[in-house]
Amino acid sequence: MKYLDEYREEHIAKALAAEINQRTTQPWVLMEICGGQTHTIMRYGLDDLLPANLELVHGPGCPVCVTPLETIDKAIELAARPDVILVSYGDMLRVPGSRSDLFRAKAQGADVRITYSPMEAVTIARSRPDRKIVFLAIGFETTAPANAMAAWQAKREGLTNLSLLVSHVLVPPAIRALMASSSNRVQGFIAPGHVCTIMGCSEYDSLVQDFQVPIVVGGFEPVDLFQSVLMLVKQLEAGEAKLENQYVRSVSYQGNLPAQKIMTDVFEIADQKWRGLGVIPQSGLRLRKEYASYDANLKFELQELCVDEPAECISAQVLQGLKKPTDCPVFGMRCTPENPLGAPMVSSEGACAAYYHYRRHSVAV
Amino acid sequence: MCLAIPGQIIEVQEMGGLRSARVRFGGIVRRVNLSFVPEAANGDYVMVHVGFAISLIDRLEAERTYQLLQEMGGIEEELASAIPDLP
Repeated sequence: MKYLDEYREEHIAKALAAEINQRTTQPWVLMEICGGQTHTIMRYGLDDLLPANLELVHGPGCPVCVTPLETIDKAIELAARPDVILVSYGDMLRVPGSRSDLFRAKAQGADVRITYSPMEAVTIARSRPDRKIVFLAIGFETTAPANAMAAWQAKREGLTNLSLLVSHVLVPPAIRALMASSSNRVQGFIAPGHVCTIMGCSEYDSLVQDFQVPIVVGGFEPVDLFQSVLMLVKQLEAGEAKLENQYVRSVSYQGNLPAQKIMTDVFEIADQKWRGLGVIPQSGLRLRKEYASYDANLKFELQELCVDEPAECISAQVLQGLKKPTDCPVFGMRCTPENPLGAPMVSSEGACAAYYHYRRHSVAV
Repeated sequence: MCLAIPGQIIEVQEMGGLRSARVRFGGIVRRVNLSFVPEAANGDYVMVHVGFAISLIDRLEAERTYQLLQEMGGIEEELASAIPDLP
């Protein structure tokens, strides 16, 4: 496929890897933010082609992984109601809540439907006026405009039987929290190309200035990632900290203005809890007052919950780049994609699942 | 979740004030919402995420980058033989 295959070309990737090896003279720790990027790195074994003193740590950019336990529990509670159809992205079904998951709820008779696009929830709402449709609206900035469009369209059509259970997270506040942490080791970031396709680059400029940390907006294919790493290494070796854009074929400095507009028409910025990381100020989105009647929390008068992660899951440290999935004592043993303890083992973008699927489960058998 | 894939617009369609298109991804054709890229036209390549086109691929930039990378691949080929193959 055009604009995909050429960024997987082996001779270009190898040339870039060779230049990275040549230019790296000292140890550096880089973080790729997005789980999609982690997935490519593991799938193609890109880290094996990098110099030993260049470490890639994996960031929190997996929306499924950082959706709070409480949101999953609420979704399960709603799905169990006979008058509700719960509509969700497929990735969410196996994510463990505190006691169960949506997949099991579905097996027990709950009407849980998997969708590829949020507009499908609107279609269901239109065709089933006798049921209450709840859309589990999760995601980063990439997905927020599409989810916002579902609410906007429902309001425009006067559909009153659709509501959204929202858990939206934003990337720049998470980078800020990581950089401000005393345990931070990251010296350069590959920013998520599709988040920046929507939001543009300006938010990352202030991060570069405030923390003097190089940031390269990067794509998702092997060539994109090697080129992004090379751009970061060049900056670090030269003692520079700049914002650069590797993913120019999709990302412009101002981003996608129509998408930003619908997002800000429907959502407003709010404090947000991240699974494993806790509450990060101003790092999420909630529905604006004008959309209060589409808020599942209000519509169903859901109680605020507070539940704990399984004690043996180290996903919090994995999501902050402090530990690798293989550092976990239960990795690949009691925690597998079929029977996950933590969310990063579920999603195809989760670091634990990526390690598990692509040869990294060097556990004793 | 933030996965987006490139596809080519075969046919732009307008229905009930909503702009959409039939978009080809390799051998598969899907309907895609064009609300966020109102300027997209037949033949354009778009990045698609959860049924929405989120960007119009900048062909000029893409070609320029690819050209640079290709040239680099040629020059560095010798050096590249020193490191293992991609799986």
